[in-house]
Amino acid sequence: MPEFSVLELKNITKSYFGNTVLKGINLSVKPGEIHAIVGENGAGKSTLMNLIFGMPVIHDTGGFEGDIIMDGQVVKINSPRQAMELGIGMVHQEFMLIPGFTVMENIKLNREPTKPNLVSKILGSNMETLDYAAMRQDSIRALEKLGLEIDENAYVSRLPVGYMQFVEIAREIDKKRARVIVFDEPTAVLAESEANHLITAMKRLAEQGISILFITHRLDEVMACSDTISILRDGELVKTLTREETSVEEIAELMVGRKVERGQLPSRSVEPDDDDIILELKDLTVEMPGERVRGLDLKVRRGEILGIGGLAGQGKVGIANGVMGLYPATGEVIKDGEALKLNDPKAALDAKMAFVSEDRRGVGLLLDESIAVNIVLTSIEAQNKFLRRTILPGVHLLDQKAVREYALKIIKDLDIRCTGPNQPVRRLSGGNQQKVCLARAFSLEPEILWVSEPTRGIDIGAKQLVLDLLVHFNREYGMTIIMTSSELNELRRICDRIALVYRGKVAGILKPDASDLDFGLMISGKQPVKEVG
Amino acid sequence: MNEPKIAPQTLSEKTVKLKEGKNLELILGELSVPLFFTALCLLGIIAAGLNPRFLVNEIITRLARNSFLVLSLIIPVIAGLGLNFGIVIGAMSGQAALIIITHLEIGGLPGFFLAALISVPFSLIAGYLTGLVLNRAKGREMVTGYILGFFANGVYQLIFLVLVGTLIPMSNPKMMLSSGIGLRNTMDLIAVNKALDNALLSSLRLGPFKIPWATFLAIGLLCLFTAYFTKTKLGQQMRAVGQDMHIAAVSGINVDRIRLIAIMISTVLGAWGQLIYLQNIGTFNTYNSHEQVGMFSIAAILIGGASISKATIWNALIGVLLFHTLFVVSPLAGQRILGIPQVGEYFRSFLAYGVIAVALALHAWQTKKKAASRDKE
Repeated sequence: MPEFSVLELKNITKSYFGNTVLKGINLSVKPGEIHAIVGENGAGKSTLMNLIFGMPVIHDTGGFEGDIIMDGQVVKINSPRQAMELGIGMVHQEFMLIPGFTVMENIKLNREPTKPNLVSKILGSNMETLDYAAMRQDSIRALEKLGLEIDENAYVSRLPVGYMQFVEIAREIDKKRARVIVFDEPTAVLAESEANHLITAMKRLAEQGISILFITHRLDEVMACSDTISILRDGELVKTLTREETSVEEIAELMVGRKVERGQLPSRSVEPDDDDIILELKDLTVEMPGERVRGLDLKVRRGEILGIGGLAGQGKVGIANGVMGLYPATGEVIKDGEALKLNDPKAALDAKMAFVSEDRRGVGLLLDESIAVNIVLTSIEAQNKFLRRTILPGVHLLDQKAVREYALKIIKDLDIRCTGPNQPVRRLSGGNQQKVCLARAFSLEPEILWVSEPTRGIDIGAKQLVLDLLVHFNREYGMTIIMTSSELNELRRICDRIALVYRGKVAGILKPDASDLDFGLMISGKQPVKEVG
Repeated sequence: MNEPKIAPQTLSEKTVKLKEGKNLELILGELSVPLFFTALCLLGIIAAGLNPRFLVNEIITRLARNSFLVLSLIIPVIAGLGLNFGIVIGAMSGQAALIIITHLEIGGLPGFFLAALISVPFSLIAGYLTGLVLNRAKGREMVTGYILGFFANGVYQLIFLVLVGTLIPMSNPKMMLSSGIGLRNTMDLIAVNKALDNALLSSLRLGPFKIPWATFLAIGLLCLFTAYFTKTKLGQQMRAVGQDMHIAAVSGINVDRIRLIAIMISTVLGAWGQLIYLQNIGTFNTYNSHEQVGMFSIAAILIGGASISKATIWNALIGVLLFHTLFVVSPLAGQRILGIPQVGEYFRSFLAYGVIAVALALHAWQTKKKAASRDKE
């Protein structure tokens, strides 16, 4: 690898209103290098990236100290446009694609090649016609660099989510002289298998000499692809390491600054038993797009934490959504010997089940409502709690005082970091939003709690807190918890048993301490060495 | 729409699977509004028992009269501003220009073109101001534009009812009220009456029908311009803004400016459309003629199958055809079935407002259905 740097940061310091968020950062990126930047939320990663990309938020708040050096020369980056001209691209965390445009139109968005015509000679270059042939050529070239063959005329709205990311990347590398591309948590919205594709693509780009700044939470991915790893903590660059000389454990430790514990879980007075079944699913099918369940059978023991794992698209996410009546389901769901009415969310709630959705911001929360309202909403609707009678028969009013008191208690119990119960949940961090979701489910006092992807998109420290909370619910209140997650490690950390779903059916159930080999085999539908439960 | 080809993916064993293309049901769903009104038209024609020659003649006249106005609605829809009720403001600019040329007594085709020229600065300024307001009312453009129309009406009345003859020196007994202040209620446009309609080949008839060739030429040119425009850099930027303002902004598009341009173009076209409309009628009601332009044009384009977020040239043309067929037919049908002459008048207003409500409701229903079918995939 060449010794000179394509991008170098020297002594970068940035503060927002006297609050220093970056302290003396030194960083250098070599050509064709994948440089991972890891750190908890609030460690300063986003600020650093905004700074490199010249986002207005940096300059609106007084700029920064220190130098950005490209090819040995100090450069000023005052706007995203300048960054682009210098060859810096950015792949955003949320898709910046226009769904009603084709792949090609998105790749060339606002950079379309044009041909002059009669009108444009009079009215200026804005009236030049688009050169579709050139657009197509450029798009195909960019997609080829990624090793991706998709129809450049396909509408983006009809692409699977995982591939939208590639269209974004194609757009970045199509930009002239793309030399450094910043990936801002690109895998946050992707399932494990899709993330693997992305990593392959990143490696391809690096081979072609494009440097990559890779921001992520997922340490496995860091280890899978990066050459160099920089760890940020509280605005400081703690350490820069090469991949060969480090390990996941070391990075995690440096990042969090406290030891990651995989401690013993508290024990129960009565351990779950195969003879005491709280819930049974028979021949369940769920028509959830992309996550179909096809004739699944599963028994859930009272008081256990049951994990549901599997690759994306195999149907693990569909189970909870089907049982809770959010997607059309058929088959039998038997709770405590009684058949549950399917396709009726109210019936599911009445059967003392609660659900924390994987789509936290879409289904899980009313983002612009307060924490208090979000916590009690389902209880009000489904169980008529927090209401007081009025003189008029049938007219109930919200008992504001009870809501507030309850919210305050929950905020304290679950340690939700906020300014108070009236703060809109939109402004909370991912981890705290998830706690609000859990609090809402908890206030229904369910016997069975379904939790889907509880740690998606939240940082490591908060992940542990959420998992601890689930264990707490389970041990203290005897709640049966059924947890769906793409991350096997967290399932193995807190579950009693883990059911692996393959092609819409349970491939098998494993103990959390089963070998990696067994998990690996079963997740891809092959018969494991031994089976339990 | 092309059937997307499924190519092997070199990254992994998995292939990119695109979601299915449009199916027949969806296409029929999109056509349901125009189809419904086609059926209504046919029923009306049968019930009215009209002479076909009379009907065709009426439809030709009305196509020529209204198409330009309705076509002026397309560009704001592309730019995501919804249906531009603000063309009423354009119509007022056109009328102001007509008042000026009538006062100057310049008639015929030169008068018409002079009016078109004079209306440009008026409508550009009016469009610019409208655009400024609409940029502050993102997401509520339609209702804001509608109310802006009423406000502009007030300004228009102030100018022509109060300021003319006082602040604006003008004396023209034929056009002004006897007090010397303000314009009369009706403007006679003898000078530019059918100036455009009869400008070209006025003696060339198509069978028994008289065709306003030049007007259709103007409409054709506007269609060509609209089609060309969507393929330009600016048009592409408008489409991007219309689909997602945020993403457009991140891509370096000046969203507010693009929206402003869209409204300005629409306002100018609205002014010219009103000129074409009025030269055909030959007289206009100084204080009322513009009032229903927005409502009727929007009703027409909606009947043609357009929606708040999608409008094409065909939506506009088919919409004018259907809406005005109904307009001609329904009073007569009403009268023949019920035997009361007044029912005709009632039918007209019932139709225009009812049609907008029905079209908007049908579209809301379709959008919902589309969303549901998307979820099912």
